[in-house]
Amino acid sequence: MKTLVYIEHEGGEVRDATLSAVTAAAKLGEVHGLVVGTNVGPVAEAATKIAGMAKVHVAEAAHLEHALAENIAPIAAELMGHHDAFVAPSTTTGRNIAPRVAALLDVMQISDIISVVDESTFTRPIYAGNAIATVRSSDAKKVITVRGTAFEKAARDGGSGSVEKVDAGSDPGISSFVSAETSESERPELTSAKIIVSGGRAFGSSEQFHALLDPLADKLGAGVGASRAAVDAGYAPNDYQVGQTGKIVAPEIYIAIGISGAIQHLAGMKDSKAIIAINKDEDAPIFQVADVGLVGDLFKIVPELTEKL
Amino acid sequence: MKLLVAVKRVIDFNVKPRVKMDGSGVDLANVKMSMNPFDEIAVEEATRLKEKGVATEVVAVSIGPAKAQETLRTALAMGADRAILVQTDDEVEPLAVAKILAKIAAEEEPGMIILGKQAIDDDNNQTGQMLAALLGWPQGTFASKVEVADGSVSVAREVDGGAETVKLKLPAVVTTDLRLNEPRYASLPNIMKAKSKPLATRTPDELGVDIARRLEVLKVVEPAKRQAGVKVASVDELVGKLKALGVVK
Repeated sequence: MKTLVYIEHEGGEVRDATLSAVTAAAKLGEVHGLVVGTNVGPVAEAATKIAGMAKVHVAEAAHLEHALAENIAPIAAELMGHHDAFVAPSTTTGRNIAPRVAALLDVMQISDIISVVDESTFTRPIYAGNAIATVRSSDAKKVITVRGTAFEKAARDGGSGSVEKVDAGSDPGISSFVSAETSESERPELTSAKIIVSGGRAFGSSEQFHALLDPLADKLGAGVGASRAAVDAGYAPNDYQVGQTGKIVAPEIYIAIGISGAIQHLAGMKDSKAIIAINKDEDAPIFQVADVGLVGDLFKIVPELTEKL
Repeated sequence: MKLLVAVKRVIDFNVKPRVKMDGSGVDLANVKMSMNPFDEIAVEEATRLKEKGVATEVVAVSIGPAKAQETLRTALAMGADRAILVQTDDEVEPLAVAKILAKIAAEEEPGMIILGKQAIDDDNNQTGQMLAALLGWPQGTFASKVEVADGSVSVAREVDGGAETVKLKLPAVVTTDLRLNEPRYASLPNIMKAKSKPLATRTPDELGVDIARRLEVLKVVEPAKRQAGVKVASVDELVGKLKALGVVK
């Protein structure tokens, strides 16, 4: 089986989530990559070195600069003429593009896989991770998105793939990029952070959320996350959100502060290696999954913890 | 401009799903069902666009069993003008849902189709993107802001690193994210009024869409459970635990 992995990149570098997708693809067969964008020479070069990469297909054109699904999907669909599986990381980019490719190929996508059973059979979480389904695809070609936390990252070196330029197609002219508002942060990105401190609605305001959590995160070199309730209340931006409808994370240590532990939140973090919970309600469901729990007032505990670390 | 919104009847957001003992799926017997929360956001957005005078008519569509009529009545009570139920007792996968919606779109010719970004039962996050591909329309997925002007729509999208804005030529497909709006509660008078709004029933057969499954569900199991750990009594003890975990030296 020949796979085609969508190589997601940013600032000239291959993103971590891509490396997990490569590991999943390698379980299916030969790994090829697809790099699209402008000035992607260095990214293509980096992609050829990913362990196990046999070939990198490169489509370069001005209309591919911003990863618009309308412009990328036809290129991927065309290449699928001689590949058997399109594999994308389950990031907002992958989730945007892959179903569009699937529909062009008349294939039912298998979203967010957490394991590969065989060439056609996969497991994936449903109902916010409250159930795990084993599904078998009867489509001749597969379109798959891969949950990054469920697969090891392929090594960034050791591969020696070749590069092949492919037709970049033309701009269908139906969509255009206007602007990006990326959150500038010195902190590690949530999906790759080793430690995450995460806050809930108990913080009471955006000011208190940041005044208490930021120093703790800085002390630990941690990423900062939030529950949906905290995001809904406007305490933190949406890209902080951990859970069924936000990011899925699995750091070494996840510190949940003032988060009750709704199933939708647990869906996003329960695969963390160690979970620490701080909550004033001793019956909060978060304590049922926490390795270490501390019951008490976060407004006292968090500053004390930050000081003592 | 006419708007189409797609709504799905799913297990209520607040109900904890239980896996059936025989591993065949999740037990939905006697479980409270509601409109998928992201679809509520879609109906709300469509209703607001109509209230602003941007849209002239809002048509809600659902694909599912006869009981999905309740979900459509909710959409009508929130502000949709009429509804279409594509009735089937079979489970319909996103690809087939997208094909059905594409057929409805060909008949209704909406200027925009708004859907939830994912349903909270199968968590697929596919239908809107597939529908856009089938129609050859642009897609604004995971929308946090939608502005229509001069034959196009600007969509602010929630993406991993923050937000981005794209401009799409109409007609277009938009899928909703959480912060797009806060859906209203239907008022009692509007719930009463919704009962007399038109609701048409169609079938996948009549629309010429094959809904045979492509993914066979072999089994459904509960995930491995985490064991609750220990509770500590003080910050000092917590620091001790963090040291033991190697977080701090």
